[in-house]
Amino acid sequence: MAFEGLTERLQNAISKLRRKGKVSEADVKEVMREIRLALLEADVNFKVVKDFVKTVRTRAVGAEVLESLTPAQQIVKIVNEELVKVMGQEASPLNKSPKIPTIIMMVGLQGAGKTTTAGKLALKLKEEQHARPLLIAADVYRPAAVDQLKILGQNIDVPVFEMGTDVNPVEIVRQGLALGKEKKNDYIIIDTAGRLQIDERLMNELAQIKELSQPNEILLTVDAMTGQNAVEVADGFNSQLDVTGVVLTKLDGDTRGGAALSIRAVTGKPIKFIGQGEKMTDLDVFYPDRMASRILGM
Amino acid sequence: ANFRSVDEDFFEELEETLIEADVGFETAMKISDQLRDEVKFQNAKKKADVSDVIVEKLVDLYEAEGENEDNQLHFATQGPTVFLFVGVNGVGKTTTIGKLAHRYQAAGKKVLMAAADTFRAGAIEQLVEWGKRVDVEVVRKPEKSDPAAVVFEAVKKAKEEDYDLLLVDTAGRLQNKVNLMNELEKIQRVITRELPDAPHEVLLALDATTGQNALTQAKQFGEVTKVSGIVLTKLDGTARGGIVLAIRNELHLPVKLVGLGEQMDDLRDFNPEEFVYGLFKDLIAQR
Ligand SMILES: Nc1nc2c(ncn2[C@@H]2O[C@H](COP(=O)(O)OP(=O)(O)OP(=O)(O)O)[C@@H](O)[C@H]2O)c(=O)[nH]1
Ligand SMILES: Nc1nc2c(ncn2[C@@H]2O[C@H](COP(=O)(O)OP(=O)(O)OP(=O)(O)O)[C@@H](O)[C@H]2O)c(=O)[nH]1
Ligand SMILES: [K+]
Ligand SMILES: [Mg+2]
Ligand SMILES: [Mg+2]
Repeated sequence: MAFEGLTERLQNAISKLRRKGKVSEADVKEVMREIRLALLEADVNFKVVKDFVKTVRTRAVGAEVLESLTPAQQIVKIVNEELVKVMGQEASPLNKSPKIPTIIMMVGLQGAGKTTTAGKLALKLKEEQHARPLLIAADVYRPAAVDQLKILGQNIDVPVFEMGTDVNPVEIVRQGLALGKEKKNDYIIIDTAGRLQIDERLMNELAQIKELSQPNEILLTVDAMTGQNAVEVADGFNSQLDVTGVVLTKLDGDTRGGAALSIRAVTGKPIKFIGQGEKMTDLDVFYPDRMASRILGM
Repeated sequence: ANFRSVDEDFFEELEETLIEADVGFETAMKISDQLRDEVKFQNAKKKADVSDVIVEKLVDLYEAEGENEDNQLHFATQGPTVFLFVGVNGVGKTTTIGKLAHRYQAAGKKVLMAAADTFRAGAIEQLVEWGKRVDVEVVRKPEKSDPAAVVFEAVKKAKEEDYDLLLVDTAGRLQNKVNLMNELEKIQRVITRELPDAPHEVLLALDATTGQNALTQAKQFGEVTKVSGIVLTKLDGTARGGIVLAIRNELHLPVKLVGLGEQMDDLRDFNPEEFVYGLFKDLIAQR
């Protein structure tokens, strides 16, 4: 489905108004409807859309943009500015511990991209900071999750601490941390199993790992193709773990990625990185302005 | 939301419930318009009556769109049956194959699996691990081998050794990656060349948490392979998977299987009534 960009949509809506002459309350409503639709098509959560449109509306009416010569462009500008504002204005760097090791915990739903991102992040730190990261394989549930991380570790030449699948993940983390401290690794990245935010037992396991490892970052990893449910997922993980940041994966696809807006709006936590492919080098810093353009189809 | 009385607010809430379930704006409007007429027609005024009408009507709507389709899985009349699994990254292809292998193995069929995801780290090991769990053999080659070669070997083995069912796992790929989509087409071609009536099913795995992009996925995978049905995975989570309504409306692709967890028994045949009920379970629970 080829989505129409917001600019064209608004241009169409407004040119209809233009022909009628005077701009009425109903006309403003029509323009806001187009914005609402564009955001819903981009998978922004409908409640987030509601609040967002209200803000845009207030600004648009206040500035009397509809009376101006280029109302469509002006509204798009407002929408764009507000989007960037919600998504955090600027890129947000990784939290770093004042003394080594910096501990990073990957969490999220099944299949979101945690293990892949753990590898990518290790490589990024290695290349950009000459860091000596250690990966901990704490997913004992998914078949061959440990093998997956080990292969990735080999590919990027980063050590992986594992204890197979018969040991409790909390214990694996305990021993992995001890090893990392002994070996003076400057970053320790913990890969955890995917889980539903409503799975009490497994969420409790994450809470224990957090308690034990006192991570500097808890990165909620979210698939960029996620729909309306992004809000429930993000809120579920954040309220139970107080995550520190978000990674949005699979943005190399053609999804609009409206989940970015939803997640940021409900958690207030910064999106730090985006996954743009399956290769270990496909991890980039998140820029709110680029994401805004993408959501709007520009 | 709370269906107290049947007025405009009610339909607004209904639309929101549908949008929240990811059916998409257009489908939400279409359904709520049709329901508006139906509720009027049946003169339902109380909340309780209305939820009955809704579920009934939604199931009708779901089925009407697919009148000439069946949501049965198709098997070869003679020789091995081949199911090919396709979909974007991380949706649940490999897990679904493990579950299906278990289902048919337990039913006394001779089942084989092909590890044709030679790309993703640990993908072969993952399928092999499933093979051990459910006691089913896996055809594999080293990592980075040509996936079509794995499939060729597996089909040959299935024919020569009289297997009933071959389940082919493929690497996850995003639908906008032309090279990877071509590779998938090639895999399908190899299967058909070796067994002219195969693949008997091409199953597209869709993650229930996916939003509007699922429609594009269904379209693109459908253009490259003969997608015959959908496996809707991860319905045990909080996402409703409403996008399959839009897919049904636009592409007439039926859901055939539903994933409800990570264990080998967590697979069901699709039941439209249950599904529709799930879309509204919160509303209906308040009755
Ligand atoms: N195209 C693309 N694929 C990605 C990206 N990140 C991860 N993947 C793929 O998504 C799939 C799932 O990734 P994993 O890293 O296994 O996800 P996970 O969250 O660890 O999964 P579980 O451990 O099962 O919960 C794999 O096929 C990855 O190659 C990305 O940015 N782009
Ligand atoms: N909760 C839940 N998790 C599931 C379901 N199906 C699969 N999963 C999990 O989702 C994750 C990804 O599943 P896979 O079977 O590896 O997905 P895939 O499509 O083969 O992934 P790639 O090969 O990397 O593209 C794993 O952690 C599975 O255990 C399901 O129905 N419910
Ligand atoms: K996913
Ligand atoms: Mg993982
Ligand atoms: Mg797989």
